[in-house]
Amino acid sequence: MNNDYVVKMKNITKVFGKVKALDHVEFSLKKGEVHAILGENGAGKSSLMNVLNGIYMPDEGSVEVKGQVVNISSPKDALDLGIGMLPQHYKLVEAFSAIENIAAGSRRTTPFLNKKKILDEMGKLIDKLGMDIEPFKKVYEMSVAEKQSLEIFKVLYRGADVLILDEPTAVLTPQEIENLFGIIRRMVSNGCSVIIITHKLEEVMEISDRITIMRKGTTIQTVKKSETTPQELAGMMVGDVMELNVPFLEVERGEKSLEVKSMTAIDRNKVTILDNVTFDLYAGEILGVAGIAGSGQKELCEGIAGLYPIKSGEVVFEGENIVGKTPEKIYEMGISLSFVPEDRLGMGLVSSMDIIDNVLLKDYRNKKGLGISRVVSRGKAELLVEKLNVSTPGIENHAVSLLSGGNIQKILLGREIALDPKLMITAYATRGLDVGSSQIIYELLNAQKAKMKPIMYIGEDLDVLMSLCDRIMVLCEGKVTGIVDPRKTSKEAIGLMMSGVMDEGEKQ
Amino acid sequence: MIHIVKKEVSKTRDKILIRVGAVLAALVLSSIIVAFAGANPIELYIGIFQGCFGSIHRFGATIEKMVPLLVLSLGVMVAFKMQFWNIGAEGQFLMGAVGATLVVRLLPNLPLPIMLLCMALLAFIFGAIWLMIPAFFKARFGTNETLFTLMLNYIALTFVTALQYDFWKDPAANGMPKIANLPGNALLPSISGFNLSILFTVIIVLVMYFFMNKSKIGFEIAVLGESENTARYIGINITKTVIIAAMVSGGLCGLVGMFQISGVSGALSIEITGGLGFTAIIVAWLSGLKVPFVVMNSFFFAILLQGASYIQTAFQIPGSVAEMVQAIVLFFILGSEFILQYRITSDKKKREVA
Repeated sequence: MNNDYVVKMKNITKVFGKVKALDHVEFSLKKGEVHAILGENGAGKSSLMNVLNGIYMPDEGSVEVKGQVVNISSPKDALDLGIGMLPQHYKLVEAFSAIENIAAGSRRTTPFLNKKKILDEMGKLIDKLGMDIEPFKKVYEMSVAEKQSLEIFKVLYRGADVLILDEPTAVLTPQEIENLFGIIRRMVSNGCSVIIITHKLEEVMEISDRITIMRKGTTIQTVKKSETTPQELAGMMVGDVMELNVPFLEVERGEKSLEVKSMTAIDRNKVTILDNVTFDLYAGEILGVAGIAGSGQKELCEGIAGLYPIKSGEVVFEGENIVGKTPEKIYEMGISLSFVPEDRLGMGLVSSMDIIDNVLLKDYRNKKGLGISRVVSRGKAELLVEKLNVSTPGIENHAVSLLSGGNIQKILLGREIALDPKLMITAYATRGLDVGSSQIIYELLNAQKAKMKPIMYIGEDLDVLMSLCDRIMVLCEGKVTGIVDPRKTSKEAIGLMMSGVMDEGEKQ
Repeated sequence: MIHIVKKEVSKTRDKILIRVGAVLAALVLSSIIVAFAGANPIELYIGIFQGCFGSIHRFGATIEKMVPLLVLSLGVMVAFKMQFWNIGAEGQFLMGAVGATLVVRLLPNLPLPIMLLCMALLAFIFGAIWLMIPAFFKARFGTNETLFTLMLNYIALTFVTALQYDFWKDPAANGMPKIANLPGNALLPSISGFNLSILFTVIIVLVMYFFMNKSKIGFEIAVLGESENTARYIGINITKTVIIAAMVSGGLCGLVGMFQISGVSGALSIEITGGLGFTAIIVAWLSGLKVPFVVMNSFFFAILLQGASYIQTAFQIPGSVAEMVQAIVLFFILGSEFILQYRITSDKKKREVA
């Protein structure tokens, strides 16, 4: 009767401690469809798929696969039922070739490696799906997209006909995304069914047949793509109707506050990573920094904050040169500098500590004497959780690493802003965050700007940069290729500068 | 198929129940061995209890065994908190005792309070130096502190051997290779088996509790242990923090050397550590690097040590049997950690239920 449905999940509930990750969730997958699961960070998308993949056991509810009620208690069980999930972080043996990675751990592998057999099968699949895999290429030589293809292939080779892709496009270029979608379409026409987890609306509209929207651990609705619009989807995703655009705040710009002069830095391999970077930052402005990933953004931020060695040049903050000073020295000079680093859990926060202690990281020095007191930090943590709507089981004895990415970022940014800094540097403040959380963060930054704070905003989404920032500095291979007013320039012009074409104004 | 699943955090009540259960199970298993050795297990267990708490004197002996273990564990804990794997407590212990003995040899006529103070100070410094050597090499050249501290144990041990058999050999001992007993003005005063080191230990526990939980430097050590990048990011002076942590860790272990020769053995020798520097690693680890639990577990281990030595003499059973009882209890406790953190489920049951 249910032959149409490959997977039916009914009434699934999963509780972690006090948090209901999944609350009576319904989900079904038809044969031969691409089904997108759309939701904000922490909506329960990955949790639901982890139940289907046997990583989590549901506390309530049942799972039907191909008409049979089943109990999936490990990824191996899932694979036996033809369900394969692509890990978000690839699990490949770097030193092995593609073919060896495919053979490793597959139950179809004989004690002696029959490379020819695998090659034959690989050839067939590659033809069918139009994948680009070189069987003897080592994994460490592969690009991210190639690794992803290999992972997909691995799962298919092991006999999966239901594929779960968890945010597969997060790490790909637009070209590679097109490629991936092509592969997905061909897989579907060959009888596979695909579940794709994402929070990008345009991708959902392009690739999927049906869409299930999740919010706060529940399913809101499952809709056909042909019967919906991006606006409607966004509305269901965030709850109430939201302004999708980023607000620009008109502020009369103040005094010059930070002056970076001919900053040059080299990396470990003696490659020049920052090349004569010169710019000014004024009070009450947001200076955007655009550029392709790895153009020196990280080194620029860390260089100013005293965390990356600068070879030559000056960083003058309110008349004092702080270049070459450690963060400790900068703090002792009375310059409260807020830096929201790209690496949240590895640098900005201590992942195993709770929210109070993470707030304390920036507070403990303010108390005189040898001791520390958690009283102030507790108050701040409570305020932060309430104001930024952080969803957490508690501010105490609950490691921040157990929270979702969006909540982690809210804690980090909230802490830095609460310090009332003289200078703010944020690196990819909204990376991986959903619409709602991003909105909160833009508002926080604008509020700081209104208080006449100088803010440096390193971003990757040009649309956001263009509407949020007063000026945009474009970096390419460590060089400044232009500093422009986004209201007087086009996206294409900035795009050109990102690829190394100098802005006309800069040339002169 | 059997699966091992990580548990959500256990309740305190469950934790206590599981641990008590582990001890009981260990005692049941030990009974068999004890019975083979020809003793009545029930009587023997009562004997252990009496051996530890039966009289003021025996209780004093239990506390005497607890003191060095407790202070050593606290010392090891500080380094572990920074994820600096100091397994050289044995060596720091010995070097501390060497430092204390050196004071007595150089200035034998100091009045008692000053003598004890100088001995404690030098013991602390010697222990601290013994750990700061590997800390320096790690900070400078990235050497592996686990191997380094371990090997320094053997250097310390051979050094003390050389002192005992040659340089500091007591000429009045009729050719026996031993170092002269400490004079009366270098011995910790004691009242019916409880010596002054107990008081010092109470103070150390309180100070260390503050140090680890309420002090800036303790917080910095914890942050540095978790992530060096974060430590740099918030402006912690890493070299300074490492040096202080190594100093406190090694120093405490060294101080134990002074407690031991001045309060228990009366002279420096290669036997004074009794392997406690290694036991301390287990204690610190079992206690989750938390001061109150270190105190609790040190007491528990002291009961095992004292109980074992008492039943040997009281029940005339071989020392090895007492040690086996000790080891079985330890084994079950360590095993119960697994049950506390994981549970075992089988597919079959679930399938039947479903």
